[in-house]
Amino acid sequence: MSAETTTAAPHGQKSGAAAGAVPPAPPTRKIPWYVRLRRDRSLILMTLPAVILLAVFAYVPMAGNVVAWQDYSPYVGILDSPFVGWWNFERLFANEAFWHAVGNTLLITGFQLVFFFPVPIALALLLNSVMTPRIRTAIQSIVYLPHFFSWVIVVTIFQQMFGGAGFVAQRLAEQGHSGFDLMTDPDTFLLLITAQSVWKDAGWGIIIFLAALSTVDPALYEASVMDGANRWRRMWHITLPAMRATIILLLILRLGDALTVGFEQLILQRGAVGSDASEVIDTYVYYQGVVNGDWSFAAAAGLLKGVVSLVLVLGANKLAHLFGEAGVYQKA
Amino acid sequence: MTTTTAPTTGERDLGPQARRPHPEPERRPRRRRRSKHRAVWEEAPGPVGFTVKAVVLAAIVLVVLFPLYTILLTSVSTQADITRSGGLVVVPGEFTLSAYQQILSGGIVTRAAIVSVVVTAVGTLLSTVVSTLAAYGLSRPGSFAHRPLLFVLLITMFFGAGMIPTYLLVSALGLIDSYWALILPTAISAFNVLILRSFFMGIDSAITDAARIDGAGDWRILGRIVAPMSKAAIAVVALFYGVGYWNAFFNAMLYLNDNAKWPLQLVLRSYVLQGVTLPGSGVGQVDVATGAVTGLPVKMAVMVLAVIPILLIYPLVQRHFTKGVIFGAIKG
Repeated sequence: MSAETTTAAPHGQKSGAAAGAVPPAPPTRKIPWYVRLRRDRSLILMTLPAVILLAVFAYVPMAGNVVAWQDYSPYVGILDSPFVGWWNFERLFANEAFWHAVGNTLLITGFQLVFFFPVPIALALLLNSVMTPRIRTAIQSIVYLPHFFSWVIVVTIFQQMFGGAGFVAQRLAEQGHSGFDLMTDPDTFLLLITAQSVWKDAGWGIIIFLAALSTVDPALYEASVMDGANRWRRMWHITLPAMRATIILLLILRLGDALTVGFEQLILQRGAVGSDASEVIDTYVYYQGVVNGDWSFAAAAGLLKGVVSLVLVLGANKLAHLFGEAGVYQKA
Repeated sequence: MTTTTAPTTGERDLGPQARRPHPEPERRPRRRRRSKHRAVWEEAPGPVGFTVKAVVLAAIVLVVLFPLYTILLTSVSTQADITRSGGLVVVPGEFTLSAYQQILSGGIVTRAAIVSVVVTAVGTLLSTVVSTLAAYGLSRPGSFAHRPLLFVLLITMFFGAGMIPTYLLVSALGLIDSYWALILPTAISAFNVLILRSFFMGIDSAITDAARIDGAGDWRILGRIVAPMSKAAIAVVALFYGVGYWNAFFNAMLYLNDNAKWPLQLVLRSYVLQGVTLPGSGVGQVDVATGAVTGLPVKMAVMVLAVIPILLIYPLVQRHFTKGVIFGAIKG
């Protein structure tokens, strides 16, 4: 039994096959499936709890999206609610508030792509130039930390700093300026949430770039110095290219998430700043469905968002392949 | 040694070079300025570059730590000191723990903290065990149904069912107002399973094969060999799950109608962020005479309470945030 197992499956491949990419199937064809089932029954058993949890809490709701084609009522139930064809989607496309939420979502995504995305890259370059390991590790530990705070905490911290009774408002009041309150100002809201995102996640974002930089062969730097390259040229020709694949990968992931912008962050501040500035697709779905009880309409909006996101991430990955990059996953 | 002004490439990877003794004795005088961590070829930064870099890094550290400092300080300050400073305290005054006595002597905050601790502990244990089992079960390409099972996992990364059908499911299962609603829907993160899986696949197959020949089955191999060898990866994944459970507030807002069952984050949101008056504590009331918010120490103490578990566990796990654990999964 054990001998058969060892010859049959080349386990523990050292190459550590990429998580998204399904590794090429080893030559197991000759072993009949019932023998493999018997051989691998423990493995199947181990996977089972996770598969059951996913089946119930991920796949059943996927099927539950049929309510988007129904006139769902919680009193009638999903099985007896009448089907209404594309009515909910028609209502959705004709709804101005929905398009406003889409517009806000894209605006926030675009803004953060310009003002959030490059920050971890710059930080990684800066930190990578710090020579003393102890100082570098200390700074790393400090800037990673806010990533592990909840959005409630981050928003409360910003409120305590920039809110109407906050730190900055107090200092301004001492100078005779009153009425400072960033938390309720819709005009600066985009800046505020980007600042919050930077404070919370920019530090954590550098971890993946530092990992990419740690794979650079130092001989490249030595050789370039021999050829007379100064530090800027070394950064341009060695360090940045070493980060390119990672940058593209993260861009793809961000693009696939273009319709997802800080749901918890926004729903926490919607009351203070108003829905005009803060309504995005996810909060719209929540208020239409859970709060207003228009379940089918909200499900249609959510489903539309899910499908478009899927198309976006597949498309972005395709694009990356066209440019000769590895992307998120490869064809098996 | 040219003096260019800017920070660039680091030499984190240049360990051997960096430690190599300086060969030319006539360069001795310069060695005083030369960091022992700097590669032989690397220019020392000029005074301007060094200053700019130091100031920027110090500013970053300050931006992260200052809010934490002032919140912690305010939570242990007396009302008199807070009134004097007009709000958050920056200069230490009189030390008192009365705010903590107030929130920890029973009542809403105490109960919420207990709820959060229990949900986090149970959830983290369940998620980590199920994920570890699944990751091992999926770590051997060519095993029975390996690819279909992997796809079941991967699809959940690219397509989410959406909030409305998930809510309808949780409600249909009768989990509204049950603490399981805070755990089960988010119990499995495909990303975390992939982190573990790629770590397990990196373990040398010679070790597991040897155990197999000695008659160990998969359960024993996982329990006695693979899991102990992967402590770092499992610790990081447990941290990710734990922080997720501890920080989650939206699931509680969605699924718990009974606010006596609220976890800490939701209490924080209501009583601190939104300023709802916490019964019996005076939090959120504005002192008419001074205009200052009374009960500020209590508010800040609730925040500290919500941050403390993260501050306690983070240093223990943080050293495992090596490229091996994180990058192994992300590159996929």
